[in-house]
Amino acid sequence: MKKTLLSIALLGAAAAWADPGSQEVTQVLKRDFHARGQATMERVVQDGLQRICTETHNNPPAALAKTLEADQMKTIAYPQGSLMGDWRRAEKVAQSGRGSMWNDKPGADAGGGCYNCHQLSPKEQSYGTVGPSLLGFGKKRGNGPEVQRYVYGKIYNAKAYSACSQMPRLGYAGTLSEEQIKDLTALLLDPASPVNQ
Amino acid sequence: MRAVLCSAFLAAALPAFAQDSPFAKYQRMVAEGSPVELFEVGGEELWKKPQGPKQVSLEKCDLGKGPGVLKGAYAALPRYFKDVDRVMDLETRLLHCMSTLQGRSREEATKRLFGNDSNPSEMEYLSAYIAARSRGVKMAPGATHPKEKEAYALGKALFFHRAGAWDFSCASCHGEPGKRIRMSDLPVLSDPKAARPLIATWPAYRVSNSQFKTMQWRINDCYRQMRMPEPTFASDATVAMNMYLATVAKGETYRGPGTKR
Repeated sequence: MKKTLLSIALLGAAAAWADPGSQEVTQVLKRDFHARGQATMERVVQDGLQRICTETHNNPPAALAKTLEADQMKTIAYPQGSLMGDWRRAEKVAQSGRGSMWNDKPGADAGGGCYNCHQLSPKEQSYGTVGPSLLGFGKKRGNGPEVQRYVYGKIYNAKAYSACSQMPRLGYAGTLSEEQIKDLTALLLDPASPVNQ
Repeated sequence: MRAVLCSAFLAAALPAFAQDSPFAKYQRMVAEGSPVELFEVGGEELWKKPQGPKQVSLEKCDLGKGPGVLKGAYAALPRYFKDVDRVMDLETRLLHCMSTLQGRSREEATKRLFGNDSNPSEMEYLSAYIAARSRGVKMAPGATHPKEKEAYALGKALFFHRAGAWDFSCASCHGEPGKRIRMSDLPVLSDPKAARPLIATWPAYRVSNSQFKTMQWRINDCYRQMRMPEPTFASDATVAMNMYLATVAKGETYRGPGTKR
């Protein structure tokens, strides 16, 4: 009994000096953050993927990464029929960085924030470089059903392909609609899209 | 075309190696015309103005160097304050002084934390005035008290903690060298070399918003864009984040308030 108490006390003392783990950080977020607009407090609770990526510094062991990716793959809801929408509508979605923030109106048109991180249309010079350039994406890969499935899936849930990718799970998170993801798929794959000129 | 070029210039932060590029020239031009000084003057007025139920000024506020001592105070923040047994950053301490010295309620004092271009907030004016009194002083946030060490460790953990609707951590954008969001360079804030010149020039006047911005605002607005709920003003989490950033910049000579794109 004494021994147990002692080791608990020791553990406690060690914890006070150790760097806080993700569960402790979550407790801090619960205490020090508050819901605002559509940004509810549910968002501070990490899902398994966020927790593992945090704890492994975005580098989970290969087997674990595979399991995570397979789990994420199951979340992708593929619509019936063609996955290519209208690239003409997609440019606006790619440009807009709005959506899912506490000052965004719930239900208002959101964007994918694509240009924040990727080069797409050659006409847009103000593009970010956090993600790879997507210029000429469809030209290099064609637009067969396999590629369509990959692009739709990647936008819907990027973590299905790379567990700790920094790209948001835009469909899974509810930021983009099925229509918008189909339009973005066309922006990348349609031969007439500016991306492929 | 000209408009596009201008906005490209506005949006681009300055890489340190490009001292004589058009970007550097642009930044010098902006700095020369910056209204930071006006904010300092406004802040001094507010510092000396009797306010609250007690109708006293903030002049006796102890920012860590003794009551009313401003020289070098900002460069030594955040730090542990014995009277409250917690670590505080500048704005947290100011809020404390508004409550204890002036008798103001938290509700009243936090009613309008972040201003706009036509009506800046009290915290913005005061931050400009107080931070400017640390110009030329080496940044040395508290690093000895256990609670200071704890705040640093928490800030660091927060920096890499992924959560929210878009799975972001601070490091999602500020974790890899040489990356941009649109045209904005993204400094790796965990890397002293990249972080020091930036942290040493906050708080700052932002040309793109025509507004003076504080560190509490900076953290708040990052979490907004991370699709997270809102960090509570002056909470331990926000102070810890400021402690982490200030500690990464430790040793850099403070030369703010700066002027940013």
